[in-house]
Amino acid sequence: MIDWGPVLLSLRVGLTALAFVFVTGTLAARAMTRRDFPGKDVVDGLLVLPLVLPPVVTGFLLLLLLGRNGPVGGFLEGSLGIRLLFTLHAAVIAAAVVAFPLMYQSAKAAFQGVDARLEDAARTLGAGEARVFVTVTLPLAWPGLVAGTVLSFARSLGEFGATVMVAGNIPGQTTTVPLAIFFAADAGDMRAAGTYALVISGLCMVLVVALNAWTRRRKPNWQRRARASRAADDRHSSVTRC
Amino acid sequence: MLSVRARKRLPDFTLEVDFEVRDEILVLFGPSGAGKSMTLRMIAGLERPDAGEIRLSGRVLYARDPKAWVPPRGRRCGLVFQDLALFPHLDVTANVLFGAPSRDGQARGRLAEMLERFRIGHLARRFPAELSGGEAQRVALARALMADPDVLLLDEPFSSLDAETRRAVGDEVVAAHRTWRIPFVFVTHDREEAERLGDRMLFLRGGRQVAPPG
Repeated sequence: MIDWGPVLLSLRVGLTALAFVFVTGTLAARAMTRRDFPGKDVVDGLLVLPLVLPPVVTGFLLLLLLGRNGPVGGFLEGSLGIRLLFTLHAAVIAAAVVAFPLMYQSAKAAFQGVDARLEDAARTLGAGEARVFVTVTLPLAWPGLVAGTVLSFARSLGEFGATVMVAGNIPGQTTTVPLAIFFAADAGDMRAAGTYALVISGLCMVLVVALNAWTRRRKPNWQRRARASRAADDRHSSVTRC
Repeated sequence: MLSVRARKRLPDFTLEVDFEVRDEILVLFGPSGAGKSMTLRMIAGLERPDAGEIRLSGRVLYARDPKAWVPPRGRRCGLVFQDLALFPHLDVTANVLFGAPSRDGQARGRLAEMLERFRIGHLARRFPAELSGGEAQRVALARALMADPDVLLLDEPFSSLDAETRRAVGDEVVAAHRTWRIPFVFVTHDREEAERLGDRMLFLRGGRQVAPPG
């Protein structure tokens, strides 16, 4: 029997990170698709950086930032007495930072795919920006946002490199599944490592398959019906041609 | 009444227009790329002029000096887009109701009237992708008018229709104008359509108002 602690911990870290990433990724993508400003490319690059950097490097940068002598960590510990490094919070931060670009990229693509004229139409019909976003932009961008959510959740579940740098391996506190696998294998316990590997692979597989099924089958009502009516038209016209 | 005096620098030329529309159909006519659509977008508040003044029913919508700017949502300018821009994820009812000033029983009553008026009652539960070109046109007209606008702007709304449907929807616009009695500004590059629909015509070329050729 394996210890389910790391699995539950991973889910907890993944879901907490996802909550942050969903909100910040969506808002950042929205801001970047609708606004132009000098240095936009650089900002975009910075937001995507954790995707291309080796996670260990991201973790190292976080270590500098959050550490006792770092700007963020120093402030938190000095004035509020909060220590981030080697806690569950650090694991969440590491997972969120690494998963953020996936949400951001998916949301950006989704927003770019929304016809700006539809948003303009809503404005001329008296809708303010909040209503435009909720009633037009979000529903049309929804599939892309869901895809981003699933991908970034899966990514944060599997986060290792950055997590081990800032959260270490404290059983019951920061030992998520990927860390448990590494340290089990390192200690020669291939059985435990294999079991955890199987669990996390299965979980990720389920997520991705579910996402695929969802995008294919739960096509929004209006698209499915539009296809059906076009097909009916085609049949009709081929009959009339005969 | 709508009065427009606006200048805007565009990549290829400077657009300069100056006209007034009473409760009539003014046709903005001219070749593609003459600035017709841009003129409508400036009236609707989707583009900002560099200078000038736009007034509608006694309200200043835009002015350079003293500075005035009403955002699109407060302008009461109905705009029928070239590709109609019906919301694909909403059915006909929800599309038409989108701009209704109130969402109470009164709006429902007006909705029934409006669907009847444009003969789209039987399409109420359909989605835009399930409509024919002419049906979609009538839905777009109904949606714009349901918001109770002070002016209706039509940006080459018939460009994708066949000649027969085009004529029918054109008559629909003229009939709607007789009912609503607000300024209509109709953009087209089709001379025959311009002459048939317009009470008055304004010829635009390279961003300037010019006398219509022969």
